[in-house]
Amino acid sequence: MSILINKDTRVITQGMTGKVGQFHTQQCKAYANGANCFVAGVNPKKAGEEFEGIPVYASVREAKENTGATVSVIYVPPAGAAAAIDEAVEADLDLVICITEGIPVHDMLKVRYKMRGKKTLLIGPNCPGLITPDEIKIGIMPGHIHKKGRIGVVSRSGTLTYEAVGQLTALGYGQSSCVGIGGDPINGLKHIDVMRLFNEDPDTDAVIMVGEIGGTDEEECARWIKANMQKPVVGFIAGVTAPPGKRMGHAGAIISGGQGGADEKLAVMEECGIHITRNPAEMGRLMRKILRG
Amino acid sequence: MKIHEYQGKEILRDFGIPVPHGRVCFSVDEAVTVAEQMGGPVWVVKAQIHAGGRGKGGGVKVAKSLDEVRHFAQEILGMQLVTHQTGPAGQTVRRLLIEEGAQIAREFYLGMVVDRAAQRVALIASSEGGMEIEEVAKHSPEKIHTVRIDPQAGLGEAEAASVVKAIGIPSAAVAEAVAVLQGLYRAFVEKDAMLAEINPLVLTAENHVIALDAKFNFDSNALYRHPEIVAMRDLDEEDPAEIEASKFDLSYISLDGDIGCLVNGAGLAMATMDIIKLYGGSPANFLDVGGGATTEKVTEAFKLMLKNPQLKAILVNIFGGIMKCDVIAEGVVAAARQVHLTVPLVVRLEGTNVDLGKQILADSGLPIISASDMADAASIVVAAAKGAK
Repeated sequence: MSILINKDTRVITQGMTGKVGQFHTQQCKAYANGANCFVAGVNPKKAGEEFEGIPVYASVREAKENTGATVSVIYVPPAGAAAAIDEAVEADLDLVICITEGIPVHDMLKVRYKMRGKKTLLIGPNCPGLITPDEIKIGIMPGHIHKKGRIGVVSRSGTLTYEAVGQLTALGYGQSSCVGIGGDPINGLKHIDVMRLFNEDPDTDAVIMVGEIGGTDEEECARWIKANMQKPVVGFIAGVTAPPGKRMGHAGAIISGGQGGADEKLAVMEECGIHITRNPAEMGRLMRKILRG
Repeated sequence: MKIHEYQGKEILRDFGIPVPHGRVCFSVDEAVTVAEQMGGPVWVVKAQIHAGGRGKGGGVKVAKSLDEVRHFAQEILGMQLVTHQTGPAGQTVRRLLIEEGAQIAREFYLGMVVDRAAQRVALIASSEGGMEIEEVAKHSPEKIHTVRIDPQAGLGEAEAASVVKAIGIPSAAVAEAVAVLQGLYRAFVEKDAMLAEINPLVLTAENHVIALDAKFNFDSNALYRHPEIVAMRDLDEEDPAEIEASKFDLSYISLDGDIGCLVNGAGLAMATMDIIKLYGGSPANFLDVGGGATTEKVTEAFKLMLKNPQLKAILVNIFGGIMKCDVIAEGVVAAARQVHLTVPLVVRLEGTNVDLGKQILADSGLPIISASDMADAASIVVAAAKGAK
């Protein structure tokens, strides 16, 4: 089946009436069961209005109470995005997906602190979102490259996730769910959290894990995989050629203090039994090779 | 965003942290005048560049007379200072900090970073001042004390005092050192810093503490609320290509290879550099054009890459997600025409309307080579760059 979301998920869009929010709400609504999934928008100044037939509410709580939605997606600009996450957490949603890029790190530190002990899970920020093919797409990824199937994908990058998905689909392998956890240094779910969910999902057979330079999340996930994972994992890390101390596009993609290099990550992953490739064009083919035994 | 030492010390001073008297100077005469006004008997002449390791590179000198101040200022101002952080070309010194000399009894290390795993600000302190903390971590990790600070409570006095004592600051100086730690934490949070270092924090013979160096790195995503930090930006310290790129909202990093890359998305852009290397080539840059690869952005990106005299070929790798490949292809063709491309251009498109996109490239009459996937694109562009020699 899938992890985190499916065709029965009901979604609130925070920042739906902005330019980006409007465009992607249309795209998400047009994908699979989207017309039934996207049930509310939030904008205190436009409460009572509609966009594409979706009612706008003054607050997340009001939207939740009126529609029964349990998930929200955020397109609010950076200066207001942290407050938008806070609002969704305070309304006790199950899952918040923050697409916004460029939220100050100290804002995210405060958000994460407030989330302690709360039931809400966060994906992102600075992420493409997540998709369960042929059921629901929440975020900015192109729906048409996906195919329903049994491979899970988790990645810190947007277009590199599409690359992995595109390769799988071209080889005839569909996906159970694809999760973009985002490129920021302070974020919600990490590789390890998503890997746990894929391990427990009876409809996921194997996982592609795409990482990049910066931090130590991939290493942590790799060690967990070695001890717990029942399914094969294919891994790739972007940034073998990245120079230290330079931020490579993503706020979190930086080798600093001698930590976060791609070679170190790949070495730990290989040691932990992950099937690694250094060639980003080979992720799909390596998966096929492993599944064929 | 990085700033100079003297600017960092201004911030420290604003947060109640003692720093030596000193002033920034832009000429030798100014340096001597400032030293004279400050009075002796000892001055420190310090090169102001953003890179670390200035002392080892000959950028920090102790002067014992005004003649020596002049001599060292002449020597340092305008020099190409090479340190382990500047690369072999070094960095031109355009500013000097003239400071009073300090009586040093002992040196300590203080640092703050955003700890990604703990999702808190981490305070790092060590008795091994003046050394790089990475070196200390390697050789004597037991000398490093780390506290992950609760954002609600802040850095408490008791917590700060225990760190201060742990690194061996004598009890007579504990109160001053605690104030330094708490001031540094307030500065770190209020100014949206990603990294702050006082290395060394010195203890004088009279048991006072002084910050002898200051290093800050600020979150570029938070600069919109810190005009006072933006005002400290020194464009001379940054790569002109990167400054130019930022004007067009392009994320660009210069590298030392000869194959230009133009990619949408940071992860895919890194992976594109990696695959070029894997196929025996060498990337000239990292370049993320973002989600919308518009004609204007692609044109500016081409112009930027073509300024590099090393450039031998360009690889465009676009995964057209929401944006359709035919629209991107039209943009690439228009941009290539506008800049009169002089090097081979290999284009890999994927996504919606990919066949239409390839047709547009083929019909353009331009010498554009279409690639079918990333591996194909990499092997073609590496061969093209070698052939162009």
